[in-house]
Amino acid sequence: MTATLDTPSPRPQAPTPAPAPRGSLFDRLRDVLTSPKSGPVLVTAVLFVVVFVIGGVRYPGFFSGQVFLNLFVDNSYLIVLAVGMTFVILTGGIDLSVGAVVAVSTMIAASLLQTGWSPGVVIALILVLTSVLGLLVGLMIHVFKVQPFIATLAAMFLARGLCYVISKDSISISEPTFVALAVTRIPLGPGLSITPSVVIALVVVVIAVWVLGFTRFGRTVYAIGGSEQSGMLMGLPVARTKVIVYVVSGFCSGLAGVLFSFYTLSGYPLTAVGTELDAIAAVVIGGTLLTGGYGFVLGSVLGVLVLGVIQTIITFEGTLSSWWTKIFIGALLLVFIILQKVLTSRRR
Amino acid sequence: MTEPVVEMTDITITFPGVKALDSVSFRMFPGEVHSLMGENGAGKSTLIKALTGVYAIDGGTIRLGGETVSFSGPAHAQAAGISTVYQEVNLLPNLSVAENILLGREPRRFGSIDGRAMRRRAAELLDGLNLDIDPGSLLGSHSLAVQQLVAIARAINVNAKVLILDEPTSSLDADEVAELFRVIRSLRDSGVAILFVSHFLDQIYEITDRLTVLRNGQLVGEYLTEELLRIDLVHKMIGKEITALDEIGKRAHAATGAAVADEPGLPAFAATHDYGRKGAIEPFDLTIGEGEVVGLAGLLGSGRTELARILGGIDRADAGTLQIEGKPTRLRTPRQAISKRIAYSSENRRSEGIIDDLTVRDNIVLALQADRGWFRPIPKKRQEELTQSYIQALNIRPANPDALVRNLSGGNQQKVLLARWLAIAPRLLILDEPTRGIDIGAKAEIQKLVYTLAENGMSVVFISAELEEVLRLSHRVAVLRDRRLVADIENDGLTVDALLALIADGSVADEAPPPDAHPFGPAYDEPATESLTSPAGDLR
Amino acid sequence: MSAALTRIVSSRLFWPVVMLIALVAINVIAFPGFLTITVKDGHLFGSVIDILRNGAPTLIIAVGMTLVIATRGIDLSVGAVAAISGAVACSILLSSPDPGNPGTVAVAVGAALVIALVLGVWNGFLVSVIGIQPIIATLILMTAGRGMAMLITEGQILTVDSAPFKALGSGFLLGLPVAVLIGVVIFAVAALITRRTALGMLIESVGINPEASRQAGVRARGLLFTVYTFCAFSAGIAGLILTANQTAADANNTGLFIELDAILAVVIGGTSLAGGRYSLAGTLVGALVIQTLVTTVYTVGIPPIVTMVFKAAVVTAVCLLQSPATNAAFGRLRHRLTARTSKGIAAS
Repeated sequence: MTATLDTPSPRPQAPTPAPAPRGSLFDRLRDVLTSPKSGPVLVTAVLFVVVFVIGGVRYPGFFSGQVFLNLFVDNSYLIVLAVGMTFVILTGGIDLSVGAVVAVSTMIAASLLQTGWSPGVVIALILVLTSVLGLLVGLMIHVFKVQPFIATLAAMFLARGLCYVISKDSISISEPTFVALAVTRIPLGPGLSITPSVVIALVVVVIAVWVLGFTRFGRTVYAIGGSEQSGMLMGLPVARTKVIVYVVSGFCSGLAGVLFSFYTLSGYPLTAVGTELDAIAAVVIGGTLLTGGYGFVLGSVLGVLVLGVIQTIITFEGTLSSWWTKIFIGALLLVFIILQKVLTSRRR
Repeated sequence: MTEPVVEMTDITITFPGVKALDSVSFRMFPGEVHSLMGENGAGKSTLIKALTGVYAIDGGTIRLGGETVSFSGPAHAQAAGISTVYQEVNLLPNLSVAENILLGREPRRFGSIDGRAMRRRAAELLDGLNLDIDPGSLLGSHSLAVQQLVAIARAINVNAKVLILDEPTSSLDADEVAELFRVIRSLRDSGVAILFVSHFLDQIYEITDRLTVLRNGQLVGEYLTEELLRIDLVHKMIGKEITALDEIGKRAHAATGAAVADEPGLPAFAATHDYGRKGAIEPFDLTIGEGEVVGLAGLLGSGRTELARILGGIDRADAGTLQIEGKPTRLRTPRQAISKRIAYSSENRRSEGIIDDLTVRDNIVLALQADRGWFRPIPKKRQEELTQSYIQALNIRPANPDALVRNLSGGNQQKVLLARWLAIAPRLLILDEPTRGIDIGAKAEIQKLVYTLAENGMSVVFISAELEEVLRLSHRVAVLRDRRLVADIENDGLTVDALLALIADGSVADEAPPPDAHPFGPAYDEPATESLTSPAGDLR
Repeated sequence: MSAALTRIVSSRLFWPVVMLIALVAINVIAFPGFLTITVKDGHLFGSVIDILRNGAPTLIIAVGMTLVIATRGIDLSVGAVAAISGAVACSILLSSPDPGNPGTVAVAVGAALVIALVLGVWNGFLVSVIGIQPIIATLILMTAGRGMAMLITEGQILTVDSAPFKALGSGFLLGLPVAVLIGVVIFAVAALITRRTALGMLIESVGINPEASRQAGVRARGLLFTVYTFCAFSAGIAGLILTANQTAADANNTGLFIELDAILAVVIGGTSLAGGRYSLAGTLVGALVIQTLVTTVYTVGIPPIVTMVFKAAVVTAVCLLQSPATNAAFGRLRHRLTARTSKGIAAS
């Protein structure tokens, strides 16, 4: 008995030595970088910092807070567009109508303000109309099984055509509230300021982050992108969610149009041609997989900033012409799409 | 004995033209692992879908825990405590493990998903399955086996009384299967009734307590696994079908006998050595002589299709060697196989065979044309001759070269597919279930054709779930079980019973045979890869 | 009689042709001289000739697009390729001392088409070798291509004064506009090559069932290279015609939205966006429908760009008609009708 007591109970085996911390850190890092979820967005973050630093080294005056803030000021509408596009692309869809919807929103705003409508009513009306357009697109895709590409193409034609129905020419906006929103600067410190549009865009971003990350609707968006079939078998409201993402994108396009009209103080039918490509590029560069399922709103914001910083560098460079922007964006798209392809195929 | 948790009585389900289930009864008790066995068309999946609320029943009653229920849909059945884990893990690889377990039932606070509570709940469930993984990690970063267990965790989160596992082991390796079985046993011990569906006989005998066998939509019987010999099980699953083709059978046998007796060593057209593909078919040695018909026999999922596919170049082999007429050959694509005059005719006629929106003529010339390249079109006149000759030789109806193949009956589609392969004048023709789902007349014609082709020197690999058909046509039969080639014997008076025995029990050397189901002598303990050339009669 | 009628009605060309006839009828009623063709200086003139000439670029691109769509693909980059092709030709002509020399023009045209072929190979490479979805693969060139065109024109609108080059767009040969003749040649070549060789059948086979085609030994990779290269080549030719018509290369606006018109022409022509069986004749009718629509809108006095609204209506209508949901509904209707008819027969 005593002997038994004295016998040292079998000591717990010394824990098997954990893999060398450095190795595990390295493995961790590699895992994160090669994950289709976080890899592309980290690459984008690094890219942004590198491009910004290169700009700072090359051009005097580049490395300033205001240059950074101007990325937001100049691209607040694109941020809102990219947020809406993120919802759509996360489900594996695409929305080609956003540029035309921005244009038609500026046209509606300019023409109605001209005839004396109150700005609040105009803005509300724009948001309702663009959301309804999104709803129709969503229904066309879901009920009639029209490919998103074609359905949103029809919406694009419609919106662009409606611009010309409203007016062939540019209409300027002189309504006091819009002008005030356009010229107001919100100071953030010595020599630093932003516009109300930036605040609105950031509010949209915060709401989108919450919706996608922390609500059932948001997680269902991801689920659809992962596998619509599985989502359905798991009893998720796939149909409803698929329609709503296009409403979200329509709403965001309308809001972006409003912000764009603050920015330009005019409505013009040919405005924002090709903006859908910028929005898609920002979302893709921001790490959202075009096939859906992976991506973050903040990544898309980062994507917009990358596009913005490239634009800024080209402006600073002076000799480099503006068309390089398009070529750079195309090249970045290519790199990121191939990156996505590699990351997802490794995970089969 | 306790009350059954599930009691399905006289279930009848009719599809247009077919009685998928004919007055079938089925029951499950709490704390047992039950398996549903049957070949293609037996009604297994129909019965499962009736139980999970996917199909409405046309007759009979379903009682769950003693109460009669009538499910409005899968969600209803799930809420009533019947959870299903499907063959292809139907989860979301892009979301976290915790989300996959709790999606749609997430704990929420003020409208927000409570991530911490969710991970905690998921961790509890995973703990219950003894699965030590981070609930926050991406599901896609885990192996299929772990994903399968996560799917089970999701299923039991809803307090499942009945857990249905549909082919859960089909893509798992041995260790992973062991892990899964550990979980299944612990769930069983906690009182869950588990329906385990699998093609692997060894696994059925290892894990299940009770079996229900279906055949052709009818109940064959319910048995205690340990009391049912494997050979009897296979008998009950396959049954004996009376076929109207005895005449060809006799002729084939006569020819076979002669061939084997007169020319013991037919020159080999194709020979494999340790040829295999991970996860599909274990390495096998098989020789196919010129003019020889080799039948592949085995249950559904035994690896017969997988073997045929790598032989036909559809899937790439990742081990071993293949020799065609003595020359080492690699088949990376179907195209390469076709250039070696090897044709594989898929069992999935619609999805992998016919091009349904093209005409009969286009479908027949397709492989020949693809082989020639697009810039060397087969002259219109030659196309017409080819098409007409096959329409007549195979009796394709309607005899219209311009008819769209989608408008033909199944049997005629199969003949068009055959014509496509015959048009390339194959040396080796691999036919995967060419007679499935077609009427008896077309079946006879196809059998006759195989017989004639072989007489003319073509090598044929013939797969069919109907053993009589395999025996009638084949010179030699290769038997597969659980993804292995377990026997390779001359068809010299081989009987269906002997073949059934091989399918049930063709033992594998490196796995201990199950103690309870071993009806025959030690002959079956021979290593799997060794050819059993002795006549079947000696085995008795 | 009724069997023949059923055959005609169920032909895929039926609805497009009806649409075309309806449009022509509207025009004839509104402008009795619509169908009149006059001969001036040995050249044919008239509204119909205008429609043919203005529709030629769309038709040419739509022919290439038809083959791409038949393989389950799509090519969004054709507009950008057209712009590049025009830019290359014009910049070569401008840099030459003698832009009026037919030899110089031949070199310029040749170089433009070679570049177009290279771009087509690039698209084919991304789709067939890297395995990127066609819509995304060609989106890259759609974005970057305009930038490249601007790089070539250095952001200018390059106006050239070269009679032989101008003839491509607005010249006449044998009494017919050169552009129409080029269109006829491209159409005929495509029809002959695909239908006289096995190309068309193999393209359809891959589009209908890729896996069955693979098992039958069809090499999809080579086919994809061929169709994308041909599509870019036809875009290059269309770009030359558009540029020659304006005697100027405008990197921003040459071929803007032409990809959408081309896709629309294909869809109206009855070729499904899901791939498979295609109809070049249908595409021809589709292109004519679009151009007649544009001309009608013009002549009725509606601002031309509002045609987009009509195009949106047409896209929506065609998609809804092709949709499986609609087909199912039609199927039920037809079923009910035939049931009633047979009952009627039984009764009588």
